[in-house]
Amino acid sequence: MHRTGELYGQFQTMEQQKDSATLGMWIFLSTEILFFGGLFLTYTINRHAYADVFAFASRTITVSWGFANTLVLIGSSVTMAMSVWSAQVGKKKLIPLFLILTLILGSVFLFIKGIEYHDKYVEHHIPGWNFDMYYCTSHAGACGLSPEDFAKEKAELKELTEKVGGETAVNANAQLFFSLYFGMTGLHALHMIVGAGLLLYLILTSLKGRYTPEYNTPVDNIGLYWHFVDIVWIYLFPLLYLIDRH
Amino acid sequence: MAENSHHIVSPKIYLVVFLTLTVLTVTTYYAAQVDLNAVFPGLNVIVALLIATCKAILVILFFMHAYYSTKRTKLVIICGFFWLAIMLSMTLGDYGTRGWDFPVH
Repeated sequence: MHRTGELYGQFQTMEQQKDSATLGMWIFLSTEILFFGGLFLTYTINRHAYADVFAFASRTITVSWGFANTLVLIGSSVTMAMSVWSAQVGKKKLIPLFLILTLILGSVFLFIKGIEYHDKYVEHHIPGWNFDMYYCTSHAGACGLSPEDFAKEKAELKELTEKVGGETAVNANAQLFFSLYFGMTGLHALHMIVGAGLLLYLILTSLKGRYTPEYNTPVDNIGLYWHFVDIVWIYLFPLLYLIDRH
Repeated sequence: MAENSHHIVSPKIYLVVFLTLTVLTVTTYYAAQVDLNAVFPGLNVIVALLIATCKAILVILFFMHAYYSTKRTKLVIICGFFWLAIMLSMTLGDYGTRGWDFPVH
């Protein structure tokens, strides 16, 4: 049973009811800030402790995919914001349209993330028994590197191994980087998948014309969630992909 | 700043914010290719995080309507980040001042 757009007994006005819903959503998002914050903290400490290997390992992820995904996610935030606007001004037909666009952009993001994960699988960069930072430079052609990149990576890796004190240490520290990489981007992707489910719910209900200028709390709050997930990526992109590119 | 959550942000503002976010994303991408650490150690990280924070603030203020929200909601938002700041500063302060030697190198 869905009762929509009516005043519940514990509130005095619709406005108070709406403000309470927004407040509750922000309290939930505060817990999410700390949830992701713990991971960012762990990442910062380890990046500082194992700076050389983390820098090398971060250069093996493809920056252009991360860059493209940042733009895709920002785009999806705009379409999400526009669906909230459509509900607020009562353009009922535009609500599902913008929600569908948001869902499409969210799916593009996850698809690109899938390509990146697959690349890491091919390169033996997934932590576990088959993890090997030296795989790409000991199997010519296995990772699709150009001859120049192959030689460059091999030289860099040799220098790194000497600096850190052995292949075991490089592999151990690199696994730490990739554990954090998969942990953080994986948790973010999980939030995107949950968000996609929520969007699907919104699309179905908005097609029935449920959201009006008087009642659009679900669109508004799921919008807040979607933008939050965008913010997490706004920090993940520079921290994982960018800071040791130069 | 209206004291209620019914303020409607116009698509024009969304467009301006979107364009600013895009420009900032391109800026951070190109800034990362330059060795700013040569100017000042750690400058690459500082620039990347400053740009990310500008982007996050824009998203929070306009996409998430925080700029137009009630004082109570604003307080909760600030508290959320304040708690994060406590967690980061205390833990990093601890790690930074103990002079721990990490086992590998």
